[in-house]
Amino acid sequence: MSLDIFKERGTPLERQMFTWKDIVGEPYSKLDDDAFTRVRQILMHGVEQEACRFKHFAARFNPELRLPLARIRRVEHHQATMINWLMPGDQSTLETTIGFEQVAIEVTAHVAAVEPDPYMARVYRFGLLEDFDHLYRYAALMDRLCGKDANNILQSYTDVMPGRPTSVEHRAPEDDLRQHYEKTRAAPLTKIHAALITGSEWQTRDYYLTVGPTFADPIARQLYAEIASIEEQHVTQYEALSDPSETWLEKWLVQEATEVYAYWSCYSQESNPRIKQIWERFLSYELEHLRLVRELMQTLEGRDPAELLPAEFPDPLSFTSHREFVRETLAAEVDLRARGYDIVPLSQDSPASIAYRAQLNAKGSPSEVVAAGYQWNPGTELTDPRVREAAFASLAREEAAQ
Amino acid sequence: MNKNDRPTDTGINRTGIALSPLDGPLTADGARSAPPSSAGSWQDAAMVRLQYATEAGEFGHMPPPLTLRGMAKTAKELLKGTKANVLLDKLGERLAFERTGVRLYDSLIVKFEATGSWEGGPSLEELVAFRSDEARHFDVMVQALVALGADPTAMTPSADIIAVESLGVLQVISDPRTGLAHALHAQQIAELADVAGWDLLASLAETLGHSELAAECRRALAQENLHAASVSRWLKAHAEVAARGELEHAVAS
Repeated sequence: MSLDIFKERGTPLERQMFTWKDIVGEPYSKLDDDAFTRVRQILMHGVEQEACRFKHFAARFNPELRLPLARIRRVEHHQATMINWLMPGDQSTLETTIGFEQVAIEVTAHVAAVEPDPYMARVYRFGLLEDFDHLYRYAALMDRLCGKDANNILQSYTDVMPGRPTSVEHRAPEDDLRQHYEKTRAAPLTKIHAALITGSEWQTRDYYLTVGPTFADPIARQLYAEIASIEEQHVTQYEALSDPSETWLEKWLVQEATEVYAYWSCYSQESNPRIKQIWERFLSYELEHLRLVRELMQTLEGRDPAELLPAEFPDPLSFTSHREFVRETLAAEVDLRARGYDIVPLSQDSPASIAYRAQLNAKGSPSEVVAAGYQWNPGTELTDPRVREAAFASLAREEAAQ
Repeated sequence: MNKNDRPTDTGINRTGIALSPLDGPLTADGARSAPPSSAGSWQDAAMVRLQYATEAGEFGHMPPPLTLRGMAKTAKELLKGTKANVLLDKLGERLAFERTGVRLYDSLIVKFEATGSWEGGPSLEELVAFRSDEARHFDVMVQALVALGADPTAMTPSADIIAVESLGVLQVISDPRTGLAHALHAQQIAELADVAGWDLLASLAETLGHSELAAECRRALAQENLHAASVSRWLKAHAEVAARGELEHAVAS
């Protein structure tokens, strides 16, 4: 299956319309739908949020683009809303969080596996092992705070075990910057990957910052605060991958191509027929958005956008379990650290980051505390009789003894 | 067949590990073979919670008293020398819960009209009557607070807490994908809490010498006992009818 983005016709912009009934449709089933339906829903909301965010910034710097930006952005705002409203009301904030981390793991693993630029691929593998660890910490929180099993959400596609410990992921800002691709030499897929993962991570950062304080439990509040900080680092890292010398229109073109590619990937693999129709509809919307940006580029920059885009997309994003890839990466690269623009062995860890994380963790590490001695077990750790029948010890007495 | 029956049909629920015969064992074995990144247990987090609990302030307080002018003389006398706020806080709690109770029954009535009932289940008239009870109880609390010189629009600490407690009840009842039986199961939590709340308030009012208020509370308690017993009876009937596979003959609204 392939997609020729120059030949496929999209829905004309004036016919890209919504009603409130349309936007607020029936959500997916948390119990019955495949976990990758939720993965696609979360990913595409992140992609649309990034599309809107980019267009707002573009409007601030480009008065001549404000009207086309506003027209397309309005549609994308409603696309984002409709996609986000596919989340069901019986899915708790923590359950959604588990879904967010599954997105970060499985989508980043795919990107890392197929990224043509070896440096970029290494950066994605580096970030992957950090999100992988976040899943383990949140699963421990879900188990120990709520008595619930994260695998009800993950459906056994994704491992729950430590990655690069979150407590050592904290880095000084200078160690989160990365080299960017060169816009004239980079493959279109490299540009698309950078836009895709940046949007996904930014959404995760925003989500954790929004929902973290809705928890009453201090450990949950601490853990969301801690992991939101890593997501901020990830946004710093991934947005650094894009060439800053790209023009606003070049970046806009990459953004629309990313949306086309992502919807096409969703459409080609969706198992829920009702949601598949949404991906098909929005793929058609995005093909038109892309055509309009190509037109703008020809008019305003006098350039042929065909030279920047692939004639055909490569294989779609693979919405499947990447267990083996993740395990191999974990075994080989868990001890790596970042120093400046480089990913380095543990022995060369950055003194600036070592000092930074020592200060942040000085009064305890939420991610270590929440998962102290934790091993996920099907049905929660309480299925282990040693945990279930552990002798009661008075905390107050223990604290006094300390 | 309607939503009162559908959830117990066999479908494609994918949440259990047994549904993933290949991936499930891989996930379980992987987790078992990966040691935790730090030693300890769930008690490490409990220690942090203990520390927060000892350091934390309160989540809120009662409003300052309004002027005693205009308050009935007897009420003024009764409030003297007592911790008046204990009673006012509990009155505020009942007021808030009954006001929410009206809205819960509004949603239950929509649910009834959407999905119908079953043999031994509620009738529309019963749901409407129970809604009226909740509305009346709300008004009784408004009048009681006014008579004691308090502001019935204030959210007291106990009113706040009981609203947080009820979040899940509202979430289940207002979800269009749940049937009347699921919604009533949620409402059962509200009704049982209602019974306990009125019982406590009646005792407290009596202890503090507010005999008229105590009598009002006991009247409300009797009605809430009827609500709780009715919801329990409807749910038992639903389980039996469903287990016999007879819900197809559900009573239409």
